[in-house]
Amino acid sequence: MMSAPGSSLIRLEQLCKSYTMGGQSFLALDHITLDVREGDFMAVVGPSGSGKSTLMNVLGCLDQPSSGTYYLDGVEVERLSDNKLATIRNQKIGFIFQQYHLLPKLRVIDNVELPLIYRGMSRRERRERTIEALQKVGLGDKLHHLPSQLSGGQQQRVAIARALAGQPPLLLADEPTGALDSRTSREVMALLQELGGEGNTIVLITHDPAVAAQARRVVRISDGRLTEEKGAVS
Amino acid sequence: MKLTQGLRMAWHSVYSQRMRTALTVLGMMIGIASVTIMVAIGNGTAEQVKSQMQGLGTNLLTVNVVGRGATTSISLEDAEALVDIEGVSASAPVITGNVTAKYKAATYSTSIAASTPSYAKVREYEVAQGRFIKEIDGAFAQKVAVIGSEVAEELELSDPVGEKLTLGGIPYTIVGVLAEKGSSSGGSNDNLVVVPIQTARVVLQTNAIRTLYVQAAGEQQVDSVQSALEFNLQRFFRNDENSYSVFNQADLLETVTAVSTSMSTMLTYVAGISLLVGGIGIMNMMLVSVTERTREIGIRKSLGAKRRDIMLQFLVEAALIGGLGGIAGAAAGAGGAGYAGKLMDSPASASTDIMLLAVAFSMGVGVLFGFLPARRASKLNPVDALRH
Ligand SMILES: Nc1ncnc2c1ncn2[C@@H]1O[C@H](COP(=O)(O)OP(=O)(O)OP(=O)(O)O)[C@@H](O)[C@H]1O
Ligand SMILES: [Mg+2]
Repeated sequence: MMSAPGSSLIRLEQLCKSYTMGGQSFLALDHITLDVREGDFMAVVGPSGSGKSTLMNVLGCLDQPSSGTYYLDGVEVERLSDNKLATIRNQKIGFIFQQYHLLPKLRVIDNVELPLIYRGMSRRERRERTIEALQKVGLGDKLHHLPSQLSGGQQQRVAIARALAGQPPLLLADEPTGALDSRTSREVMALLQELGGEGNTIVLITHDPAVAAQARRVVRISDGRLTEEKGAVS
Repeated sequence: MKLTQGLRMAWHSVYSQRMRTALTVLGMMIGIASVTIMVAIGNGTAEQVKSQMQGLGTNLLTVNVVGRGATTSISLEDAEALVDIEGVSASAPVITGNVTAKYKAATYSTSIAASTPSYAKVREYEVAQGRFIKEIDGAFAQKVAVIGSEVAEELELSDPVGEKLTLGGIPYTIVGVLAEKGSSSGGSNDNLVVVPIQTARVVLQTNAIRTLYVQAAGEQQVDSVQSALEFNLQRFFRNDENSYSVFNQADLLETVTAVSTSMSTMLTYVAGISLLVGGIGIMNMMLVSVTERTREIGIRKSLGAKRRDIMLQFLVEAALIGGLGGIAGAAAGAGGAGYAGKLMDSPASASTDIMLLAVAFSMGVGVLFGFLPARRASKLNPVDALRH
């Protein structure tokens, strides 16, 4: 299913997202054209309200664009049915959220297993992959803890393990260090860098220039418009 | 997602909200228990009525002479004249009373029926030992008696035929024992002594006949026999309709059945309403649950849960709550039905069929009332849900 290394994983063409509020239409994403290649580690920076999360939601197939086209891994995804979008989220995207978004009543291992359950994977395979992913983020000894029994940095690592468990071609991280102090924030970034180094495609959203500096490529968004900053592939 | 996963998730969530679940289950339980009890009572009553009808005899008309005015009773000859109707297969005039039966040291107070040989036929008694009373016993006013099985037992008669007992102090010879028949509306059918009607004067100090059993040859003849009988009676009592009554067993049965049916229909409605309330309880709980878990739903959707996965999760949860309520309700209902049966002296009891049906039904109620909340959950927009 994966395309050859270096080929386009994400392709946005003239993509717009508008919100209508009080009868007034407002462009949160303004004709964005973007190409993300297989193996890219790209940061999206911009001030608050510039449209970063909106972009992430569209890229993550959580929300649909108002116009323009979006190819993910060779599939044109805009205007797909709800079910198909769910399948794409399940198989092609791993989300890492600012607030971790773990289910508080489930143990670490059950949280990480969730995407695999929705994929219909067998119990044994689920377990194997779950443990592997948790070991990768250094939490192989915390399988049976509840999220509330872990520190913020550990919870974010659980969330990363959950994103990794399904081995999706794309990792989407929205302010993954936003809720962490500077030390744990560095730990999490080191982990993401390691993942980036292993050839994972990562789109990282941040407003922190120090975090963005660790990405190989940086794009800036302001008022819904995108400009390249560093490491663009022409 | 597979059903087993849905079940695990549902159990997890139901278990983690024990108090709320318990209260919702209680609501459901009350509904199911009342349905189970009502159905059991309804079935029990129907059965009781049926067995009573079998206890009395079939196609039977009973004439009761109430006795007002000049004529307060009828004689044996009058009785014969009154039932000279086409379609009558047998008739038996009866004088009833209570006596103390004594055999050796044992005494037992029992009812006595002074009647004719036809009595066995109209009341459908079989003779287990010896014989029934005969015409000739009556013609010679023989002091012979046929006793019911209960009387034989109470008087500790091991081989009653030929033995002598006293009825109200008068010695009688036992010529037969009736086969056991069980109970009907009038109490035990086996607690009686039958003697020739001609000896009633000695033992009951009266020969005034106030009861006359008339058996029609078939179901179709019952109505025509009844009207002919009423005609004869009217003439006999000179148009004084208050002096007698004719009592049709089929009519009674119909009335009783109709009353018990409408009773149980009404009670079932009441039970159905409590079930509805239970269902609304489930719906309420699920709606609250969906609202509380909006973020969870958003997270699940972001991880690839399809609409039907979310739907399944919440439906299974609702069915689980319903099922738990059903099991608790069926158990409580079985207990309640047994107790009600005892109180009402009827064979009301909840069968396994009813209980299984109750559990399945309450799961269905869960699914039905869980549908709206589940659908609401499945339709949540993931972006909005995650913002919660
Ligand atoms: N559901 C919505 N309805 C209307 N307007 C919206 C909606 N979601 C976002 N917006 C608007 O779109 C713009 C971009 O929002 P977005 O959340 O993408 O910003 P952001 O770059 O992620 O900001 P932050 O750094 O604070 O997270 C904002 O002006 C916001 O008000
Ligand atoms: Mg944002």
